Amino acid sequence: MALLRVTSPHAHGPMSTQRVMQNVLLATVPGIIVLTHFFGFGTLVNVLFGSIVALLCESLALLLRKRPLGFYLKDCSALVTAFLLCIALPPYAPWWLITIGIASSILLAKQLYGGLGYNPFNPAMAGYVILLISFPVQMTAWAPPRGMGELPGLLEAIKACFLPASFDGITMATPLDIMRQNTGLLMEDLWQQNPQFGRWGGVGWEWANIAFLAGGAWLLYQRIFTWHAPLAMLASLSLLAALFYDGGSSASGGSPLFHLLSGATMFGAFFIVTDPVTSAVSLRGRLIYGALIGVLIYVIRVRGSYPDAVAFAVLIMNFAAPFIDYYTQPRTYGHNKKPEGK
Amino acid sequence: MRKTYNFHGGIHPPENKHQSVRTPIADAGIPPQLTVPLSQHIGAPAHPVVSIGDHVLKGQVIAEARGFVSVPKHAPSSGSVIAIEDRLIAHPSGHLAPCIVIATDGKDEWLQRQIPPDYQALNKTELIDLIRNAGIAGMGGAGFPSSVKLSVKEGTHIETLIINGTECEPYITADDILMRERADQIIEGTKILRHIIAPQETLIGVENNKPEGLAALRAAAEGTGIEIVEFPTKYPSGGEKQLIEILTGKQVPSGGLPSQVGVVCQNLGSAVAIYEAVVLGHPLISRITTVTGESVREPQNFQVLIGTPMRYLLEKAGYQAQKNNRLIMGGPMMGFTVPDSDVPIVKTTNCLLAPTESELPTPPPAQACIRCGLCAEACPVSLLPQQMFWFAQGKELEKLEEHNLFDCIECGACSYACPSNIPLVQYYRASKAEIVHLRHEHEKSEHSRIRFEARQERLDQAADEKEAKRAARKQAAEARAQQADGGAEDPIQAAIERAQAKKAAQQASGASTVSELERLEQAVVTTRKRLDTASTKLDQATAEGSDLVSALQLGVDKTRAKLEVAEQALQEFQQTPTAAPVENPPTNAAQAAIEKAMAARASEAALSPSEKAQAQLEKLQQRLQKSQNTLARSRENGEEEKVIEALEASVARLTEKISAAQDQRNEAENA
Repeated sequence: MALLRVTSPHAHGPMSTQRVMQNVLLATVPGIIVLTHFFGFGTLVNVLFGSIVALLCESLALLLRKRPLGFYLKDCSALVTAFLLCIALPPYAPWWLITIGIASSILLAKQLYGGLGYNPFNPAMAGYVILLISFPVQMTAWAPPRGMGELPGLLEAIKACFLPASFDGITMATPLDIMRQNTGLLMEDLWQQNPQFGRWGGVGWEWANIAFLAGGAWLLYQRIFTWHAPLAMLASLSLLAALFYDGGSSASGGSPLFHLLSGATMFGAFFIVTDPVTSAVSLRGRLIYGALIGVLIYVIRVRGSYPDAVAFAVLIMNFAAPFIDYYTQPRTYGHNKKPEGK
Repeated sequence: MRKTYNFHGGIHPPENKHQSVRTPIADAGIPPQLTVPLSQHIGAPAHPVVSIGDHVLKGQVIAEARGFVSVPKHAPSSGSVIAIEDRLIAHPSGHLAPCIVIATDGKDEWLQRQIPPDYQALNKTELIDLIRNAGIAGMGGAGFPSSVKLSVKEGTHIETLIINGTECEPYITADDILMRERADQIIEGTKILRHIIAPQETLIGVENNKPEGLAALRAAAEGTGIEIVEFPTKYPSGGEKQLIEILTGKQVPSGGLPSQVGVVCQNLGSAVAIYEAVVLGHPLISRITTVTGESVREPQNFQVLIGTPMRYLLEKAGYQAQKNNRLIMGGPMMGFTVPDSDVPIVKTTNCLLAPTESELPTPPPAQACIRCGLCAEACPVSLLPQQMFWFAQGKELEKLEEHNLFDCIECGACSYACPSNIPLVQYYRASKAEIVHLRHEHEKSEHSRIRFEARQERLDQAADEKEAKRAARKQAAEARAQQADGGAEDPIQAAIERAQAKKAAQQASGASTVSELERLEQAVVTTRKRLDTASTKLDQATAEGSDLVSALQLGVDKTRAKLEVAEQALQEFQQTPTAAPVENPPTNAAQAAIEKAMAARASEAALSPSEKAQAQLEKLQQRLQKSQNTLARSRENGEEEKVIEALEASVARLTEKISAAQDQRNEAENA
């Protein structure tokens, strides 16, 4: 047997890109279960249908680019994009909305830039924003949580996806909507008058956020990412919410806890902000990157015209990531100064 | 307990060290052939001092050091030199290198050994010479000659002497086994090093995964003032710079030496080799090598002679070649694959790793970089490997240097951590090589630029000098002309007078005819020559397919036409009856001379300076010719001495004038 000639190192660690992606998929499971519990099977159908579309889109792009299908599909990155986008979509979304969203994510935001690792923007969030701007009605139609109306069954959820015309779903404003549109009520009164509010945030939403937090903590434990970006984001969001809480007055932007447990906060912090491809790379850079996303989320939630802000905040900071990287290079061993661009 | 420091990054690969420390050090014995490469370390190769057929004794110098960063080579056993030639050696590039091959006689006869005097009595220089002459080079990895590391610049204050017993690479146990079995030799060697360096403190740094070795060292170091420092296991804590940071908290400046922060580092194996050299008088002819991996049945450590073929050693450990997928010299992190198991063991061979395919699988194709940053977390020098990979792919060499590519120690931690299996270190190595190559190229072009500029300056200077001389002459000439004007002397009048004078002096008449003939002949000859050159050039151009062919063709045709004209003129001239040379020049010769002078003056006005000078020169040459002819004839005819003397003088004067005119012409041409 001829001896192999390769350069060092010969040993390789246990981590693989495929495993990273699979861990991320696994970590979304608690969140999907909670969402399904509170909002019915809509999210589950979204995720399953979206995954199939994502694999098809990815295969199409790979065929067009003349890349081996098996090698690239097995990195599971298309599935991750599908999971993340479909979790963010409202439950009972029609099939065409999901298809357009996934196609935008995979084909436009990812493959057109050269595939995994080369995309400057988070594919799931790019797809989400394209949908939000193009189909605002469908994108803001959230189902009411358990206890505030009849939850559709699995069959109805499938019907809602593939025969949207025949589905007669009811929708309800989300707690973030109510908070943004509040003009005269004290926080206390707001809570009392709207059944959507739960203990800290919205009914269902707070538990979904806690479930995503749990998934994120597990990923952190698995060392899939570092704590810097998500914690910085949560910290800056809490700080701003605390600064402008205003004692729960009618001008209040909502309590820190409300912001932490509402909308896509935890999902964003642990599944979107941590996307390695589109975030800053150095640890200091990730702190800045995460913190600024937190700031943007608060500003857009309270002052912007969209109910939630994670997607916009992340996309804006995706732009800034290379710039942050440029100024946050770590000090190399044996150097007095940090390397910095001219 | 001494405080230790942590360094950034690092990884924890499976250690796989227990397999090879179950049995004591075994003697590998004497192989039938020893191949000693002349270069086994960083620095200049040694120069052989034996020839084929020589009988050598164990420990005999067979190659001498060349240069400061070089050490001599010794015969590892007795036998005869059978070849001095290029052989395959253990080198990442798998190239051939000069080696001395010894067929051993099995007697293992020592050269008469000289036991050095007690090292306490020797001074620093003597000891360093002793170490250098024993051929000791760093036994860890790069193999930097120990003597060079010990030759700290005079006046450098060394605070800490560090003996590196970290052995952070997985699988390798050569230092571990030395600690277990030869702790007292390590301590003795360390004492010698301490004597040379005279530091404030002496430390032996060992990772905490070698409890047996640590215990043995601690026992041996009792009461010596040598401190054994234990610290947590993490790869690559054995890197010199990392170890210095762990033990002292100081960082060696980028591109600098440890001595700049008051530290000298030596390998633990080198300490033992130094002990053997200084106390026993043994040169470095053998070392401890770990033979391990799942392709050997009995992984263990061997005392092996330098130059032993790897295959011989592997077989001692129960090598199963068919299971072995790659053979690595060194560890799995920084070792390199060897092309063939016949290459010899050298001074830096601390380990032979023969893994199976399942143990160290063939690397799968690299996937895309997802910028996860695991590499940056693992990097012990705080680089951003993912950014550098990006730049390396795009050949953005400047950016790479800005990102401190050259601080990369190639430890492989980034590649190990990379989930996408990207061979990052390979990219950095290639980029480093490319940058070094470009720097070299740049240096070369810079050299030639400087050379060119210097030459240009020299030429300019020469031209200036010439110009100055010319100006001076011109001034002088003008002054003379003014003088002449002052004398109201018309040059034509002068010519007329000269002609009249000449007429009087000139007796002979055939001269002009002869010179005319010669001139025509000369013209034919030069034109033919020119035609020849032009034709050769044309042939060459045609052969090369140059686009000058048509131009050259034209030149050749023209030259040929000229040649014909010249030949015709010559023929015509020869045919004209010249048998009876005109005895008496026309009576109005003076008148003719005057006309000639006037015509010459008119034509002169139309000529360029260089042409004028040329014409002047030709005229003078003609005159010289004439005068010489006259002189010759006068001598034949037995003229009066006075006349001959006058003619001789005029010839001499003309010669002088010609050389002056030549100068002038050259100048005019250069102007």
